[in-house]
Amino acid sequence: MSTEAILERCRALLEMMPGEALTEARKTHPDIGGLAVFPLYAPFEVIHAAGLMPVGMFGAGEQVEISHADSRFQSFICSIAKSTLELFLRGDMKSFEGAVFSSICDVARNLSSLVKRNTPDLYIEYLHLPQNMDSAGSLGYTRAEFARFRDNLSARVGRPITDEAIAESTKIYNRVRSLMRDLYDHRMRHSGAIAASDVCTVIRAGTRMMPEDFIPLLEALLDQVKSTPSHPRDGVPVVIEGSFCEQPPLALIDVIEAAGCLIKDDDMVIGWRLFRQDIPSNGPAMDPLGALAEAYLKHSVYTSVRYDRAKPRTEGLMDRMKDSGADAVVFAPAKFCEPALLDYVLFRKKLDEKGVPHLKIEFEEKMWTFEASRTELETFAESMLFD
Amino acid sequence: MRTTVAEDKDYRGKVHQLSRDIMTDWMTELKDATKSPTPSAYMMISGNCVEILRCFDILPVFPEVNALQLAIRKQSLPYIIKSEEIGYASDNCAYVKADVGYTMCGGVGENGNIPVPDFIVCNFVGCNVYIKWFEHCASMFDVPMIMLDIPFVREDGPSTDDVKYVMTQLKELIAHCEKLTGKKFDIDRLREVLGYSARAERGWSRCKELCKRKPTPFDAYFDSINMMGPINALRGSKVAADFFDQVVEQYEGMVSDGMGVLEDERFRIVFEGPPPYPYYRNFRNLFEAWGAVAVQSTYSTVGGTWEFGFTHDPERPLESIAEQMIIHNLCNRSMIERYAQIQSYVDEYDADALVIHSIKSCRLFSAGQGDMREYFTKDRGVPTLMVESDLEDPRYYAEAQMKNRIDAFFEALTYKRIRGKATA
Repeated sequence: MSTEAILERCRALLEMMPGEALTEARKTHPDIGGLAVFPLYAPFEVIHAAGLMPVGMFGAGEQVEISHADSRFQSFICSIAKSTLELFLRGDMKSFEGAVFSSICDVARNLSSLVKRNTPDLYIEYLHLPQNMDSAGSLGYTRAEFARFRDNLSARVGRPITDEAIAESTKIYNRVRSLMRDLYDHRMRHSGAIAASDVCTVIRAGTRMMPEDFIPLLEALLDQVKSTPSHPRDGVPVVIEGSFCEQPPLALIDVIEAAGCLIKDDDMVIGWRLFRQDIPSNGPAMDPLGALAEAYLKHSVYTSVRYDRAKPRTEGLMDRMKDSGADAVVFAPAKFCEPALLDYVLFRKKLDEKGVPHLKIEFEEKMWTFEASRTELETFAESMLFD
Repeated sequence: MRTTVAEDKDYRGKVHQLSRDIMTDWMTELKDATKSPTPSAYMMISGNCVEILRCFDILPVFPEVNALQLAIRKQSLPYIIKSEEIGYASDNCAYVKADVGYTMCGGVGENGNIPVPDFIVCNFVGCNVYIKWFEHCASMFDVPMIMLDIPFVREDGPSTDDVKYVMTQLKELIAHCEKLTGKKFDIDRLREVLGYSARAERGWSRCKELCKRKPTPFDAYFDSINMMGPINALRGSKVAADFFDQVVEQYEGMVSDGMGVLEDERFRIVFEGPPPYPYYRNFRNLFEAWGAVAVQSTYSTVGGTWEFGFTHDPERPLESIAEQMIIHNLCNRSMIERYAQIQSYVDEYDADALVIHSIKSCRLFSAGQGDMREYFTKDRGVPTLMVESDLEDPRYYAEAQMKNRIDAFFEALTYKRIRGKATA
């Protein structure tokens, strides 16, 4: 499959409603059900082991006119919350078993309640992911939380979710995450090999297909990209920070690169590529839930929704810059995103101390013109190139 | 139209003054501690474990109380703007911004009113912003932050794993306090402190219970603030326990005299959401003008839902602290449970209406209140008014618009009542 054919397939998936993506997957996996996953993370392996496809719930972009959710959420609430609720209120999610939300912010928590109340036939789960990574009780609690999720999900689908099945799913997701890391690494080392918006397209589309299907697609893409000579591009190497939940429009990603920035690394769809190393999935005392819990506590990439006393996010950002060879940071938080906007203050302080240039541009789902951002980005890039 | 308030007997004034006196004493302690080696720790209000700090004579400091006081004294805006200068967004919680701005301007420290804490206890109970706020404080002061991760209530009650997790973290906090102060943890001291907590909690419940009476002896939204300081910040002290004994006596006296906070109580309402502190008096007047009084409020239960029967148990000290933090407070419970709380208030306190004050700063409270309005008006038949402003940032309060909405609501309720009588 050519790169263009792969991208076409991914674009087509992103234009679909979540229910249509599930229908599409059922063409080759007729027995699967679906469970929507609101950002950032849920133990995908448990969902997959239940015979369900975890489907990324990143709002509805420009595809949905908000007519019901505006009366439920105020004007100062982020667009992903509104468009997600709209999809449920419209009945678009009926073909799913339900959805899982987690403790990322106050809005996501209340959103899960609203979805639960308004769609009583669906299974709506709320995970309290730990915020204390190094208490003596953290591992036991996190494992118990994942086990609670497994048991509730099992009751919903009416079949057991075995350790063996979770371990098998872990192997599959390990492979997916490893390939995504490869793709990111390759882009990092070879500017011009693949556009940032194409990477985003593929990674986002991966949340709308079975991981078994995503693996060959990523493998084919990597083969293509690695074997095609690339022409290094000039530009300011940057890291994108703040886009971990609601996703910036792809057109904005293009604007960032067209304005003279080279995106070296980012935190988009970060929950689906949360681990930098494989999660153990075999061994004599196999405890796949324990392994997932330990991975979350000890091996997660930093995000703005997870407090880690030992590894502050400010250090995480500095490492990300160093590892990717970036010279600057573009903050791209969704409008009204409280975790990102609050973290900006700490990040900014750190970057100022280190003398690292940075720029903040906010976005929202319905945004279609980026002229103001383009001008700011161009000025930012030029000021660095000619410094 | 304007209803006169029962000021002649000065009941409201007396409780207010009692509260003010003991809160001022505590603030004096805080100021004194800026110049002494008294250990202190930051802590958040909702579902707190102040009793553990008291065991070690560590002075508790609540940045939320600081932010609240700045707002009610109409001093918050310059500090909010100060914070926005260093990168806080206009959409960020203004409680955080006011407190951080105040700190930047010297309000915390040797020449200020609040001591620099020795450490920060981040009791993450519901509000995710707490974590960010305290991370920022820890960064400003360069002091350790102890995370108390309290699992949100997501089943009918907390699991044994939830309780175990919290207990483990409480023990780790105790170990930290021992190390800081050099004092050995004394379980009997904790039991004594919890005994004071329980006495104050029983007093709180009794006062709230009295609001079922007609007329209600105090406004369970606007006057509850007089009790919220003592129950949340001073809980576990003899002073707070004695305070509640006196308040109960006051309000029981009013009830036996048939006296209400308003002379002419015409509408009994349940309030949802925090008040607009920069315009506290103005906002209250808009309701009193219609003879509308709050008989219950969700905001007053952010620290604890004591009126539903929970009290700390000196016989089960750490367990009961853990349970209070997990389940017996509003912030750690879902919107669906909040709907049930409000419905029980409407039923048990014979309320005529629900008023939702939606604030931009606190999305824990406000995100989705439109659904709450939908539920109560359409599914439950409870007349519901929703108005918007902020609890800290005065720029979001529009008096004329607010008055129009409130007047229109009570005119409609009045008309409905007249029509109901006519057709009866």
